[in-house]
Amino acid sequence: MGKRVGMEVSIAAAEAVKQANVDVISAYPITPQTHVVEHLSELVANGELDAEFFCVESEHSALSVCVGSEATGARSFTCTSSQGLALMSEITYIASALRLPIVMIIANRALSAPISIWNDHSDVMSIRDCGWIQFFAENGQDVYDHVFIAYRLAEDRNVLLPAIINMDGFTLSHVIEPIEFIEQEKIDRFLPPYQPVHRLHPDRPVSMGGIALPPIFTETKKAHEVALQGSMPKILETWKAFGDMTGRYYQPVETYKAEDAETIMVIMGSFGETASAAVDLMREEGRSVGLAKIRLWRPFPFEAFKQATLHAKQLVVIDRAISIGGPGGPVASEVKAALYGEPIRPVVYNFVAGLGGRDVSPSDFIKMVDKAEIEIEEGNREGYEIYGVRE
Amino acid sequence: MTKPDSEWKWKELPEGTVMLEPGNADQYRTGDWKTLKPVLNKELCIHCGLCYIFCPDSSYNLDAEGYFIVNLFYCKGCGICAKECPTGAITMVVEEEEK
Amino acid sequence: MTEKLNVFAVRTLTQKEYFAPGHRACQGCAEALAVRLVAKALGRNVIIASATGCMEVVSSPIPFTAWRVPWFHVAFENAAAVASGIESGLKVLMRKGRLPRKKIVTIALAGDGGTADIGLQALSGALERGHDFIYICTDNEAYMNTGIQRSSSTPFGASTTTSPAGKVKMGQITWKKNMPAIAAAHNIPYVATACPSYPIDLVEKVKKAASIEGPAYLHILSVCPTGWRSAPELSIKLGRLAVETGIFPLYEVEHGKYHLSIDFPRLRPIKEYIRLQGRFRHLTEEMIGQIEERVRKEYAELKEKAAKGVAR
Repeated sequence: MGKRVGMEVSIAAAEAVKQANVDVISAYPITPQTHVVEHLSELVANGELDAEFFCVESEHSALSVCVGSEATGARSFTCTSSQGLALMSEITYIASALRLPIVMIIANRALSAPISIWNDHSDVMSIRDCGWIQFFAENGQDVYDHVFIAYRLAEDRNVLLPAIINMDGFTLSHVIEPIEFIEQEKIDRFLPPYQPVHRLHPDRPVSMGGIALPPIFTETKKAHEVALQGSMPKILETWKAFGDMTGRYYQPVETYKAEDAETIMVIMGSFGETASAAVDLMREEGRSVGLAKIRLWRPFPFEAFKQATLHAKQLVVIDRAISIGGPGGPVASEVKAALYGEPIRPVVYNFVAGLGGRDVSPSDFIKMVDKAEIEIEEGNREGYEIYGVRE
Repeated sequence: MTKPDSEWKWKELPEGTVMLEPGNADQYRTGDWKTLKPVLNKELCIHCGLCYIFCPDSSYNLDAEGYFIVNLFYCKGCGICAKECPTGAITMVVEEEEK
Repeated sequence: MTEKLNVFAVRTLTQKEYFAPGHRACQGCAEALAVRLVAKALGRNVIIASATGCMEVVSSPIPFTAWRVPWFHVAFENAAAVASGIESGLKVLMRKGRLPRKKIVTIALAGDGGTADIGLQALSGALERGHDFIYICTDNEAYMNTGIQRSSSTPFGASTTTSPAGKVKMGQITWKKNMPAIAAAHNIPYVATACPSYPIDLVEKVKKAASIEGPAYLHILSVCPTGWRSAPELSIKLGRLAVETGIFPLYEVEHGKYHLSIDFPRLRPIKEYIRLQGRFRHLTEEMIGQIEERVRKEYAELKEKAAKGVAR
């Protein structure tokens, strides 16, 4: 059993990067990502981590440096938020198509304008289709654990894809939580050094990043799609191995009191713990409410999601991002797509809540469930609204 | 021999569409771009190698007798070699249609 | 003429080609020649990171690569950042004993758009961080790959598809950005200009840059017959004229000290250079005079710097 320490989640994330024995770190400061990178620079400055650490001149270069170093076979890490992610978005698509297993933590934050340094998921939703494996962490322990899980999975020769760990800005990144640390020997066994299949080296010259003309471009995309979809069994296998090592078993969709629930709330990220509290309060009142937490956003766990929710009468999907001019929130869109082919399926009611750091308390979750149940009963089966907005 | 792009199946592509055969562009004929081809008059050649060093397409190779000889498989017919030849040993002539 | 500018020394160069024929550059492309010579100078222990642009496109149509050395293309504006990553990756892996120690030269290769415009920030960052790499700009003075649009490296007066010569505007109305001076302002150990019309000089500068620890910047004028509207066979001659008219002087800045690679007591009239190119066809005598005046002034300033032997 590892040591349990009260620690700011960003610091724990940086400690995990150190324990993962990362070779190259490249980042540019942006709130609320800063504490992760500050702590890493301290670890390097104190000789506790032997890595090349670069403060580059933009997030675009931060990820570009990682793409270069990863292509030589060096385990590489970066971390960003919001506008920084938007700036590096071009390179996110390239990193995955070139099959470079970089790991990035995103301290999720709203996208401008107006500028907001506070949390929502609009940053990562802007690169939803970038072809990376994407996790959402519920708490600090998840963030810490997923650094190891992400590297082992990303570098697996049957996967070779970069991975994003989404950590809600401030609500996770800046809070102090109890974190159970894993002994270094265990991590070294779980995560051996990276052995690339192809690397940039004169001993075996390869060309990476050529131009594809129309006769071959589609084939490259198919290969990428199959790689990401096909990573699912490896993800499950890696979580199982991690659970066997630590006792913490993760699932693509985790549920709380949802097995017999008529109404299931669907959320991602740090909403999980607050929504669980709301479920407890509603259960005390005798209401049949549960919670489904999507931990794995890409590849989307269609089967696991259906298994967790198909029995419910209604789903209350609470998005932390808005798809302006679209059908609601991005999670609700995915959920509806997942259920569309089912002959009997729950009604989906969608709220967008917690934008730009607006607090969402247990009573807010209860109000959303109340509202959804009433609306659905009144026949509104396509409900979508922004929660808590002043008229 | 590398097969053309239109013949690759997605499953055959290496991870990240990495190209594993260094310099396999040398299997690709650029020689059919030209309308003029260089012809060397060996009597005037002073073996200076300017044709070789100034060729953007690496079309010239040194032969056993010490002459730089153009490889028409690659030569695009730009005419730099003829222009730069200090003795006028290279002339550009119309290439006849090869059947 | 100094020994290293003597083109007749070509037979001292290796016969090996690391940039293979079969690439799809246009007829008479001096940028492809520049790249060929750079690759020849560097040999096999090198990793090249290319920016998007002509050289990337012509050398890498999947599944054919012209590169016989490790080569990487990521995007347009980030060749310097990618090269930074390559250099750092090699360094840390060798330090940790996961790669055998040996000298591998890291190169960033970009055109003028990828250097002076969209890639300037990443380049500045990489030079400031002091990575041990060579940044090579092959400057053909416009966005040729996308169809001859003007860049900040396009010379005054040149007609391009986005700085066309019209009834009220006579082509590019701004002066060429001085990239070597910007690179030198970073106080890096080595900056040089080169041109494939002087192949031995180019090769020696590449080799010198490779031997120097820390960042080096090479700016290579690369005649583009397609974009300059010049005859393909004139590509070498035009490069020579660019140098002999003082439009593109060949020089080095070593640890801040300027040194002219070749000096001319009298510069040739720029008309000799300009009249061979369709992009300047519309220029009036007055404009040519204006350009000539500026070229002379800048050349004199450069000579002064070289005479003083100091940078700033």
